[in-house]
Parts: sequence; structure tokens; C-alpha cells
Amino acid sequence: MMTLAELPLRILPPAVLAARRPHRMLERQWIVNRRGGWMIVLTGFFEPLFYLLSIRIGFGGLVGDVTDGGRTMPYAEFVAPALFASSAMNGSIYEATNIFFKLKYEKTYDAVLATPMTSGDVALGEMLYATFRGALYSVAFLITMWALGMTASIWAIAMLPVAMLVSFAFSAVAIAGTTYMRTWADFEYVPSLMLPMFLFSATFYPLSSYGDWQWVVQLSPLYHGVAVVRGLNQGEWAWSYLAHVSVLVAMALWGLSVTARRIDHLLLK
Amino acid sequence: MSTTPLIVARGLVKRFGSFTAVDGIDVEVHRGESFGFLGPNGAGKSSTMRMIGCVSPRTDGELRIFDMDPATQGKQIRARIGVVPQADQLDEQLTVQDNLMLYGRYFDLPRAECRRRAAELLEFVQLTDRATSKIEPLSGGMKRRVTIARSLVNEPELLLLDEPTTGLDPQARHVLWDRLYRLKQRGVTLVLTTHYMDEAEQLCDRLVVMDGGRIVAEGSPRSLIEQHSTREVLELRYPAGTNEERAPDVAGIGDRSEVLPDRVLIYAHDGEAALAEVHARGSRPESALVRRSSLEDVFLRLTGRSLVD
Ligand SMILES: Nc1ncnc2c1ncn2[C@@H]1O[C@H](COP(=O)(O)OP(=O)(O)O)[C@@H](O)[C@H]1O
Ligand SMILES: [Mg+2]
Repeated sequence: MMTLAELPLRILPPAVLAARRPHRMLERQWIVNRRGGWMIVLTGFFEPLFYLLSIRIGFGGLVGDVTDGGRTMPYAEFVAPALFASSAMNGSIYEATNIFFKLKYEKTYDAVLATPMTSGDVALGEMLYATFRGALYSVAFLITMWALGMTASIWAIAMLPVAMLVSFAFSAVAIAGTTYMRTWADFEYVPSLMLPMFLFSATFYPLSSYGDWQWVVQLSPLYHGVAVVRGLNQGEWAWSYLAHVSVLVAMALWGLSVTARRIDHLLLK
Repeated sequence: MSTTPLIVARGLVKRFGSFTAVDGIDVEVHRGESFGFLGPNGAGKSSTMRMIGCVSPRTDGELRIFDMDPATQGKQIRARIGVVPQADQLDEQLTVQDNLMLYGRYFDLPRAECRRRAAELLEFVQLTDRATSKIEPLSGGMKRRVTIARSLVNEPELLLLDEPTTGLDPQARHVLWDRLYRLKQRGVTLVLTTHYMDEAEQLCDRLVVMDGGRIVAEGSPRSLIEQHSTREVLELRYPAGTNEERAPDVAGIGDRSEVLPDRVLIYAHDGEAALAEVHARGSRPESALVRRSSLEDVFLRLTGRSLVD
């Protein structure tokens, strides 16, 4: 009989299971960023600030309170966690375009794979970096939220690990998708996937307002991240989190295994 | 010391779709040896090197490196080899020094050791003054030297060099040959590919001549020349476009002759004697040159084509 713990072992390809040095890719990025690259990361801090300020100043006053899942809260407290999750998603997807550059143009990984490093190390390492970068944004976001009075509970701190999972899951899927892209033109389809996800993941209004179309919203992976961080911001713990988190974990494992396989396919011909 | 060859290939095949790039080759490389794959573009040299370097799975046949199987023990094998790929594949986002240091980290070397080896290797390839330069502004020859330094970071037992000097000017080539020669003296096993016969003659103890994915001859440069060519070659040049026409005038001189578009080659043990006979027959080439046979002649003999097109 297969236990739940064995499941990832069945899904993940040998290259991922053999990954022992994913942190070397982080080390590489550290060296790259040491020479000025951190500025790019810093600019990411301003995005949440502008978002949250616009809500604090604008929407908050216009909209008033929102009722979601039987709980009533100020609109700012409702929408800020959703933006927080979206920002974790965005950060990791942007990083995926860098992977495309390294994979297709700079050929960064060809030489890496001539060492004891494997495609699993590369895939996992680059996803961890995207997650790390996303986590920096998330910390900045959360601090801004708190400073603007948009956090409702001390448990808001638990939103951070969830944001990291969102980052990892989206970077995994985005990087997997990137490995199928042939030219920069293919990236023009990305906003047409991201924008609807951003708008319709119960981001700006509660799931209940979607009526019979709630199932569509639930298909959006971002929704599952939003649902958990929104609850946590209110200091609420629910069993349903497990289901939401499982969706994100499944995305992460799927993206990771596809990416490792694709790197093998593309570079180890 | 173990007598198992470092590389053993038997009936090694590489196919890309229905195209066969490497068509069943048998190779053995022993420790301490300098071994070469000599062949023109498209012969299958890089495909072979990539299979040996465990970055390309073999399609068929047998391949063992350090008596291990690349299909299952690629990581362990790669830990013990150094690779200079045909395209340098340097990390353009890093400096020269960081390229070397990070590469050492991929082999799990401690950071201090990476730093020590990077400095030492930059000294070895005479690039200490470019340590903090980015890759992009370096000349082709310098990039090649960085790549060689990088390939030595893990102190490999086996060094794979895919066309180490292609595209470099003569001076840069000589600098590289000198460095490779030193490595050879230190006992590093070198396996290199080239389409330059002078490079093969300079660096290889033993080589195989490859053409169309197959091995057409094998031996030391000297034995290959002895087997497949004469000691000397007389090169005759007639006015442009008339080489073909003039060839019958000198037929039968020497052991055999080859008519190329730009010259007629006469293979003879004694080139001067052959030239005397050409003159005796009243044939007047624009220029005549006697030289020693080279691997180029071996290749021409075996395939009917020149190495460099
Ligand atoms: N990834 C690949 N896909 C398809 N064909 C390839 C690939 N790599 C090499 N080939 C083909 O295989 C043949 C041998 O190539 P290669 O091993 O690079 O030769 P060499 O290094 O001797 O010039 C060439 O005809 C080349 O076009
Ligand atoms: Mg080649």
C-alpha cells in the first residue's frame, strides 16, 4: 500500500529525487546580485506600498465593510491579503522570464550540468530563488499592511509561509511553462492568463458574489492562496486550509517535475 | 595503478531522430594518455565528447568511464572529469574569478579552497590580471583559457577538450598548446577533438580519424602517416584552373598522386627526386614544394576529402 508520504516519490522524476545541491543555484544568484543586482529586488518593495496606499486612501472609504464567509471586516482588511498573495504570485512569475533568458540565450545551465549538478538541482534551485525573492516582497508587503493598519490579528504573521508556498507553486508552474517557450513573443500570452487570475480569484469581492460561478473561481490556483491568507489575517484557522494548501503543493510538485524533465530534454540531448 | 582503461566505448551510437551522428565507434583511452578525435565538421566528434562527458545519453552500444556507466553513474563520473565544451559556456553574469570559484562550488569544494584554486589556475592560464573582468570583453583566446582554467577546478583525472583552439589566431593557439602540453606532462589524461592536423600532431599520442560518425583509422600520428602516406609529398601548382589538365603529364611519378582543384600532390618517399623527374618530363608548374606527409594527407587518402573545407 502506498502511504501519503510516498506519493511525492512516485510523482517526482529521478532527477529531482537525486537533487542534492539546489542551494548552489542560490549561491550563484547571491554572487550575481552582490554586484548591484539587489537593486532590482529593492524596487519590488515599492509596488506593495503604492497598491496599499491606493486602497487605504481610495477604495477603503468608498466601499465600507465586506462580509466573507460569515465574517464582516473593513474592505481594506479584506482586499489587502489578496493583494499580498497576488504579489507573491507576480514576483515569482517575473523571475521565470529570467530563467528563459538563462536557458535559451545565456546557456547558463549547460555548463552547470557538466558538473555533479543535475537538472533537479537546477530546477529546484531556481524555484527556491524565485521563492526567496518573492518572500522578500512578501515581508515588505506585510510590514506595509501592518503599518497602514490593514492587519487584523497577530496571526497575520502566518501569512508569510503561505506566501512562500504561493511563490514556490507559481514559480514552479511558470518556470515549467517557460521551458516550452520558443521566443519572447510567447510571453505575450502570460498577461492574458495572469490578469483574469488576478481579477477573479475572489481578490476584490467575496466568493459568494460569484453565485453559480464559484467553481470557476475555485479553479484559479491563486484563489486557494487568497482564501488562506485572508483567513489568517483575521486570525482564523480552518480545516479547509488543508485543501487549499494541497492544491498549491500539488502545483509545486507538478511544476518541479515538469521543469526537471524539460531541462533534461532541452539540454541533455 | 589500475590497468582498466579510463574510457571504453564499444559500438557506441548516437542518433538524433533518424539521423545517426555517431555510428558504432570503438574507443579505448588509457590513463596518462593524450587521445584525439580528428575529423571534419559534422564527423560526430562533439556528440561523442558529450556522451563521454555524461551530458548526452547514448542511443546504443557500450560506454564506460572510470569503469562506471554514464547512464546510471553520471554524477560520480562528472565529479572526476573536466570539460572544455566547444562553445565555452561561461557564466556571462559573473566575473572571470567568480566563474571559477562558483564552478568549484558545484563540485562541493569548500569556499576557501575554491578561492585558492581559482587564483592558482588564473596564474596557470596567465589571466591573473583579468580576474575581476566580466566575460564579455575578453578575446576568444582569453575566454578559451578561462574555460580551461574552469575545467581544472576539480582537479580532474580526465580532461575533455572539444576543439580547444578552433577560431583562435595562431599566437593564441600556441599559448593554449603550451598550457595543454604542461597538463599532459603532469599526467592529466587528455581527450581532445580537432579538425587541425597540426594540433593533433602536437598534442596527441594516439588518435582516431573520424568521418561521418565512423572511425576510419586509428594510431599514433606517426604510425598513421607511415601506414597511409609516404614519407614526403611534392606539391605542384599549375596556373589556376589547369591542375586537372596538367595532371597526366606527371602521372606515374612517385607512389601515387592526388589532384585537387588548386594543386597536384605527388606522394613519394623522396620528394626532391620526384621533382627532378617532373622537370625531366618538361612539365613546368608555377611552384613546387616538397614537404613531409601530415595527417591531412592521411585524411585525404582515407576519405578523398580535405579536413578543413
Ligand atoms: N542536437 C542535435 N540534434 C540534431 N542533430 C544534431 C544535434 N547535434 C549534432 N547533430 C548533428 O550530428 C552531426 C554530428 O555533429 P557533431 O557531433 O557536432 O560533429 P562535430 O563535432 O564532429 O562537428 C552533425 O551532422 C550535426 O548536425
Ligand atoms: Mg564539434
